[in-house]
Amino acid sequence: MIWRSLLRDIGVLTAEHIFLVGIACLVATVVGVALGIAGTRNPRLRSVSLTVASILQTIPSLALFGFLIPIPIIGGIGMHTAILCLILYALLPVLRNTVVGISEVDAPAREAAVAMGMTGQELLRFVELPLAAPTIMAGIRTAVVTTIGTATIAAVIGGGGLGVLIFRGVASVDTLSILAGAIPAALLAIAADGVLNWVERRIRTGRSGPRV
Amino acid sequence: MAYGAAIPFLTFEDVSYRMNGRLVLQGVSFALEQGETLVLLGRSGSGKTTALRLVNRLLPPASGKIFLEGQDIATLDPIALRRRIGYVIQDVGLLPHWTIAKNVGLVPRLEGWPAAQVEERVNELLRQVDLPPEEYGLRYPHQLSGGQRQRAGVARALANRSKLLLFDEPFGALDPITRHELQRQFLDLRDRLGIASLFVTHDVSEALQLGTRIGLIEDGKLGELMTPDEFLKSEQVEARRFLDTLPVSPRRPE
Repeated sequence: MIWRSLLRDIGVLTAEHIFLVGIACLVATVVGVALGIAGTRNPRLRSVSLTVASILQTIPSLALFGFLIPIPIIGGIGMHTAILCLILYALLPVLRNTVVGISEVDAPAREAAVAMGMTGQELLRFVELPLAAPTIMAGIRTAVVTTIGTATIAAVIGGGGLGVLIFRGVASVDTLSILAGAIPAALLAIAADGVLNWVERRIRTGRSGPRV
Repeated sequence: MAYGAAIPFLTFEDVSYRMNGRLVLQGVSFALEQGETLVLLGRSGSGKTTALRLVNRLLPPASGKIFLEGQDIATLDPIALRRRIGYVIQDVGLLPHWTIAKNVGLVPRLEGWPAAQVEERVNELLRQVDLPPEEYGLRYPHQLSGGQRQRAGVARALANRSKLLLFDEPFGALDPITRHELQRQFLDLRDRLGIASLFVTHDVSEALQLGTRIGLIEDGKLGELMTPDEFLKSEQVEARRFLDTLPVSPRRPE
């Protein structure tokens, strides 16, 4: 049964796709938020990290996959190269939104917190991160949604995921196979956007509305 | 008074502050006694806010020394120092994601007071500033009026039983009636709790009402301290300029 094997492929490859995106976005979030926080304490680090992340973002994804293939250890053919590439792409929105979110924290609130004797760590934990959380969450959402799209290209370097069906379909002029890859990928992106948007709104309203 | 007149509560000894090579404060010296309110009166950019920010080490002096209860503040841990000193600014700076009760209890919680004790202290303070805790404690800052927010700001500044409060134009953004109410409350709290305060303003009538003494700051230099009565009779040019802004001769609160 061709349908049964197609459905099985879709299932396996969707799981693989989610795995690729999940790992990449998790790492990008940890690195991006940490770099962003460090950047708000160190203007040089902030401009360097934002510049590097912006440049990475401008490299076409196919080219970036291509660049990484000949590089030993971190590069080559396979899933790990694909994940590395996706991390580099997902970094910018998380990093940028962390920097912006923290620097937009209400200046009098920050001043009062410092003047009343918060240490740098307490300021981060009680003031900066909670107030920047919705903005950081928006960055994570952007990262996840774009990574779901970019991850379809990972199949080119043997990274797996739903791109496998798309590229197979393109190669064999099989529309069904293209759609079998493209539709689940699109649905994944829409679903992720919806869920993360909901999380973001919850954080925002849970924090008592407008700043004063 | 623990120290009497021998050791003033807060002392500035020839303090200067320099920013980008410019002297913002020059050789400022004064002594503040316990329970006293020293108003630093000056125009915008005169250096009065800078003087305030030196006290809790938000800024480091270029030269000179500041003593709090006889201790050179440069030798104290800035975090511990700041927790001993209340700080009230015009924009209040309550944390928007915290309830009023949580905001007011900030310093006691940072200091690791037991939760029950923090709650008790917060309720006591909210009552003192006319924000009944059962009504206002669980509200968020944006649900309060400007005057109520500033009351919460004052309560927060008092929370750790601070004996010194720093005020940076705290009532400047309020309507005249609310401002007057808060000024009254300030006098009441000061007399009841015996707190020393350093109060920065550019409003001469506020200075006359609240100050036990007034120091004029002009171009980073502090003039001789005067009582409000002396200030009213002063012939100094800058003092006269400030007094000329008064519509009628001001009445001292009884």
